[in-house]
Amino acid sequence: MSQTARNHRHAETTPDDPVAQPPRPRRSRRIRAVALVGAGIAASGAAAGCSAGGGSGGSDTITVTYQQFGDSHVQANFLKSVKAQFEKAHKGVTVDLEPISASEDDYYTKLQLQMRSTRTSPDLVYEDTFLINSDIKAGYLRPLDEHLKSWSDWSQFQPTAKKAAQALNGKTYGVPDGTDVRGLWYNKELFAKAGLPTDWQPHSWDDILAAARAIKAKLPGVIPINIYSGTGVGEAATMQGFEMLLYGTGDTLYDSQQKKWVVGSKGFVDSLSFLKTLNAEHLTPPASDQLKPTWGNTVSQQLLPKGKLAIDLDGSWLSLNWQKGGAAPWPQWSSTMGTTPMPTQDGSGAGKVSLSGGWTWAIPAKSDNPGKAWDLIKLLGDRQHELEWAIKDVQIPVRKDVAADPSYAQANPTNKFFASLVPITQYRPAYAVYPRISQKIQSATESIVTGSATPQQAAKTYDQQVQGITSDVVDASAS
Amino acid sequence: MPLWPSVVLLGVFLAGPILYCVYSAFTDMALTGASGAHFVGFDNFRKAFGSSEFRASLVYTLIFTVLSAIIGQNVLGMVLALLMRSGTAWVRALVSTIVIGAWVIPEVVAGYLWSAFLGNDGSLNHILGVLSLPEQNWLFDIPILAVSLANIWRGTAFSMLVYSAALSEVPKEIEESATVDGAGTWQRLWSVTLPMIRRSIMTNLMLITLQTLSVFGLIWTMTRGGPSNKSETLPLFAYQQAFQLSQLGYGTALALVLLAIGAVFSLVYLRALRLEEGLR
Repeated sequence: MSQTARNHRHAETTPDDPVAQPPRPRRSRRIRAVALVGAGIAASGAAAGCSAGGGSGGSDTITVTYQQFGDSHVQANFLKSVKAQFEKAHKGVTVDLEPISASEDDYYTKLQLQMRSTRTSPDLVYEDTFLINSDIKAGYLRPLDEHLKSWSDWSQFQPTAKKAAQALNGKTYGVPDGTDVRGLWYNKELFAKAGLPTDWQPHSWDDILAAARAIKAKLPGVIPINIYSGTGVGEAATMQGFEMLLYGTGDTLYDSQQKKWVVGSKGFVDSLSFLKTLNAEHLTPPASDQLKPTWGNTVSQQLLPKGKLAIDLDGSWLSLNWQKGGAAPWPQWSSTMGTTPMPTQDGSGAGKVSLSGGWTWAIPAKSDNPGKAWDLIKLLGDRQHELEWAIKDVQIPVRKDVAADPSYAQANPTNKFFASLVPITQYRPAYAVYPRISQKIQSATESIVTGSATPQQAAKTYDQQVQGITSDVVDASAS
Repeated sequence: MPLWPSVVLLGVFLAGPILYCVYSAFTDMALTGASGAHFVGFDNFRKAFGSSEFRASLVYTLIFTVLSAIIGQNVLGMVLALLMRSGTAWVRALVSTIVIGAWVIPEVVAGYLWSAFLGNDGSLNHILGVLSLPEQNWLFDIPILAVSLANIWRGTAFSMLVYSAALSEVPKEIEESATVDGAGTWQRLWSVTLPMIRRSIMTNLMLITLQTLSVFGLIWTMTRGGPSNKSETLPLFAYQQAFQLSQLGYGTALALVLLAIGAVFSLVYLRALRLEEGLR
């Protein structure tokens, strides 16, 4: 399952049922045979992918597609005000906001279906960096380099963020509107009760293990630590979970010099072994809970606010849940919850790890109004709008001038801390095969959680699966 | 009456998608990550049958179909229909209201109901706790059983209705004369009643088999095919490959395999019916 890392910000969902009703009984055998074929098609009907919505509009209309799901209207309201400003400045131009109401997985699918045809292609789309390389390779997007050359604001964007929407061919296809980072959240009240420091600063995995063991010994009924694992939570298991460990071992998923996927690394086995230790000592939630698709919501909206979970390896956006109007309002969160960087395995290297995702604004290849769409990107990407967006959606700014703005740091108690992780954060190797490789990582962690494989076995299975997905593989154990 | 409007409709809305589906199954069409589609021959099918995930999902599909449709819905539907025949009017009304109620509930709602019932803190464990019985965790331990139970619960009404209708057509005199000839209850059922409605049985079996083979929403809401893919039947596997992993061609090939399985089941039922008719 390739849900994105931020998936658990949203409520649990189910897709439209692609399975149609069974055929009705008929007398004639011929009709029955047709009905039978119909049943098969119904099952595969979804696979034929005929359900594209949206619209394209004429040259004086810019169709904007973004995701609208659940009760959060932060982005919808933000875009409405941008629309009004843009239409005022460009007389005769209409900005047509056409959100796709779907969970993230379904959003990607519907967006891709829209972009396949000139009749349905929007002019401006909200693209996750998780999939942008894949969509570039599919030919859905157009390069923005010509525009970026003459856009003075572009120099304000962080170099790492610029790379997030850059393809292997060196061209840039999207303008990021923010990013996110990851670190450790911990409950200071529980730490105090367990006799642990409330300004916790772990310097290695062993420090984390020691804290988790102390919680377990002193506070029965409290889950010591949560590290997302398994296919149920999707990309969260890869990015908030496994990659936060792996990238702290000195090994990586992808060798960007050789442009090959790495297999057989020691770090991979070490990361799984760490998960195994946590699970074997019951420092983690029960396996049956961890593997539930809704687990992300349970962690952020129930376990943390109720003080049932002491340490959570999670994303910078977590407090969005606890704000007024959020999914689980919790005014005391800022005094209860502490944040600290995720340490590397033994404290070496930079000493801390973070991974980043984020979204970009991009123009589809089949847009019929790319010029005006670029004007809208410029408005969305200027200092004022990136600042407003970063504050409202608890984003980590990608513009240097926004990050330095005092009003940003004041807007949320954790903003300053998470912004400090930006210099050391890394982006996923989100190339075309990444979603499939990510799913194999999730399966590997799942086999550790369920105890069905040892770390060595799970790593070996992963290596074989990666070799089945792509031939661009380098064996770290061979070198 | 001219035939062509219906032929055109069938051609556009039925044959069209089928042909497109067959064509896609032989290509490497992808939702993202590659542009265009190339003909790849039987690669998708080779990939499927060489993959342990696919073989596992095939096994789960068969377990799910046999357990929930052929055994569960079919037998339970028949038992209910037989019992209701001898029940009083208000018992009949009550039972059919409850059973049909389960059928009328939308698939997704039924899925959530069953997750809530079978979950760790679910109603079933509370009941078991009150009775001092050991708790279950089927959604995690044996998810294929959990989804099969839900599908039996949801689908039994259909079989019950078909069998009730069929049984009401069985003339009372024949059964009575069997009783007069000294047949016991079981013998009467086995040698007189069931043979008389065997055609309905075969038709019902075929319908519920096809219906169960393509169940998606119920399993998706309850387990999403997990944990560790232990309830991932073919429709879920195909959906995952086509949409979550963006391999449209491969997903369509899997759907074709599902179609073939449905066809095999139907042929078996049709043949069984014809054989019996030939024997008479």
